[in-house]
Amino acid sequence: MTLFFAILFYVAAAVFVLGLATKIVAFARTPAPLLIPTTPAPTTKGGVVLRMFREVAFFESLFKSNLWIWIFAAAFHFALALVLVRHLRYFTQPVWSWVAFEQPFGMYAGFAMVAGLAGLWARRFLVDRVRYISTLSDHLMLALLLLIGISGLTMKFLVHTDIVGVKMFFLGLMHFDIQPLPADAPLYVHLFCIALLMIVFPFSKLLHAPGVFFSPSRNQVDNARDQRHIASWAAKLEQN
Amino acid sequence: MAGPEVKAPPYRELPVPPAVQPGAAEHIKSFVANEKIQEAIGFQGKLDDNWQETHDKAIAHFGDLLTKFRSLRVYMDSCVHCGACTDKCHYFLGSGDPKNMPVARQDLMRSVYRRYFTTAGKLFPSLVGARDLTQEVLDEWYTYYYQCSECRRCSLFCPYGIDTAEITMAAREVLDHVGYGQKYTNEILGKVTKIGNNLGLPGPALEDTLLGLEEDVKEETGFDVKYPVDVKGSEVLLITPSADFFAEPHIESLIGYGKVFHAAGVSWTMSSMASEAGNFGMFVGSYDLLRKIALRIREAALELGAKRIIVGECGHAWRVAYSFWNTLIGVGAGGKDPFAIELQKQLDPRFKQPTHICEYTWDLIQQGRLKFDRSANDHRVITFHDSCNVARASRMGDYPGGQFDIPRNIIRAVANNFVDMAPETIFEQTFCCGGGGGVLSDDLMDIRVKGALPRMEAFQRVVDDHGVNFLALICAICKAQFTKVVPYYGFKSSVIGGVHQLVSTAIKLGNEQ
Repeated sequence: MTLFFAILFYVAAAVFVLGLATKIVAFARTPAPLLIPTTPAPTTKGGVVLRMFREVAFFESLFKSNLWIWIFAAAFHFALALVLVRHLRYFTQPVWSWVAFEQPFGMYAGFAMVAGLAGLWARRFLVDRVRYISTLSDHLMLALLLLIGISGLTMKFLVHTDIVGVKMFFLGLMHFDIQPLPADAPLYVHLFCIALLMIVFPFSKLLHAPGVFFSPSRNQVDNARDQRHIASWAAKLEQN
Repeated sequence: MAGPEVKAPPYRELPVPPAVQPGAAEHIKSFVANEKIQEAIGFQGKLDDNWQETHDKAIAHFGDLLTKFRSLRVYMDSCVHCGACTDKCHYFLGSGDPKNMPVARQDLMRSVYRRYFTTAGKLFPSLVGARDLTQEVLDEWYTYYYQCSECRRCSLFCPYGIDTAEITMAAREVLDHVGYGQKYTNEILGKVTKIGNNLGLPGPALEDTLLGLEEDVKEETGFDVKYPVDVKGSEVLLITPSADFFAEPHIESLIGYGKVFHAAGVSWTMSSMASEAGNFGMFVGSYDLLRKIALRIREAALELGAKRIIVGECGHAWRVAYSFWNTLIGVGAGGKDPFAIELQKQLDPRFKQPTHICEYTWDLIQQGRLKFDRSANDHRVITFHDSCNVARASRMGDYPGGQFDIPRNIIRAVANNFVDMAPETIFEQTFCCGGGGGVLSDDLMDIRVKGALPRMEAFQRVVDDHGVNFLALICAICKAQFTKVVPYYGFKSSVIGGVHQLVSTAIKLGNEQ
């Protein structure tokens, strides 16, 4: 199993990084020929940075549109962020002090993460409009994330796993020196689901993460009358 | 036209979204353009007899658009089906048809995107909701992408800013490309490219109309207010929607613009070549048509030598003017290329180019150059409808949100009785009139009436609570739409009017008045 997971994580990391990079390059290279910020929009670049910050840090638009989705989505995303930070301790030696400080927060954030996911999933059954738009992959994505959360909480609070061994395994992977992975069912589930998530990331709706930064309605400056904005393919039209 | 009788949906007792009723609006389909209409604007005349050919052309064109428009590319990938937009579209709120929920409307195209342009959709179509492009899918595109008014209300509420208007435009562009265009929009595109305005009003007829207007105003006010066409060397070139030339109540605002210029003592002209502010090229997502139609304005400006370009009351026209003209035809500042500089050096850099007529009038009011008798509007209790393209796709003034304050400031300056509608239905959260974006066609009356529901609910409330009897507008399409649609909700068409109609009523043209 150690070898299986070692290979799986190398593949997953490669797919994740290369797949995402390819997508981001495609987003960045595709021109935006017309100014289409959703107004009222900031009139300066600094203003756009702030708008984007409010969007990704507080989900500002979602807050305005639907408080229930905002509560569940915010619980899930912010908790996930805390949980991810907490997991840095498996990849750093010695553990950074702020990561050590964050441990208890990240630990209980796991529950908020699972609760948020459960709320989001419940909406897919309970709200007829959301039920109508949900596809099989929407359900599976939530199932995958829930499995990751629940298996993680299981290891923390019910059946402890040998976390020192886990850490050795990942530090080893990072130095291309494969160490044995503790044989534990919840751990296998946890790691397998994470690898799967990394692999599907660049091919799925998880692209909303990089996508939001490239969204012209959010990242453009409202300065149409002061700056001439023209795409390269559009500029060519002026030469004939 | 066959089909059920058009009736206004009942007002909702609680402000909650309707239950999902699949297929509720699938019978509402606008007339398809014939070959003549299509070919006149450079599109394929009709669908190929062989479906495979249509299929291949559509997919190829879709792929091409994905490389040209970042909005389309990013928006195809970014939706997570969270559902935040599902209760934001006026056509869904009015019809209950789930395909009028923004996300579902987008998914009509996204499902095809997934199938042909993503790994997941190529390998596991049913898992990710991907589907082949079939004749039925194309028909569905036609039906529902012409039930979208491109008002961008969904983009305001989407956590990623996904703008269904961009997707609707792309879908229509693909449909046009394969010979499946809409009669209403494409016929108008033919008129504007051939004659110079959407109504197909030729130059001499325009001059006649305006001479008649001068006589009417003279009779009514005793002043020689001019409505000039093609006068070289005028300070101002006014570009206004052609409906202003004779449609009611549009013409009342045109009379108002003339009075403002008269009172300010500024020389102005309209252009017979560019006698149209509207630009339906945007509605069908065609950059080429958008640019071609806008170029008439550049030509007119250069020929007439105007120092300022001012745009009349029209929502999508103001979006095109404010947001796109600098890009398309170099009306604006900051251009460093010869094409842009040619026009920049003619236009007066002290003013924002282009200027909205409301910005212009408000400026004059602030300078004290206009005098009003506000009591002349005392028979009116006024509310103001923010037009979607002004509210969410452009700006007035020098700060974000100026587009909300300036028209209201003008109304308060010229009238005594003004109230706003409910806050969740105005400013950037405004509801579309239900007729924008190429939906203003008689064969779509059913969806137009349904789409007006949220606006009419808010209007009814201020009518009941404050005795409002005048809905002030700054958009030719809003005016045409509401004039036709408010009778279905029990109002007279005369409750509809323009902001400059109010200005026209109250303005003092001379000291003796």
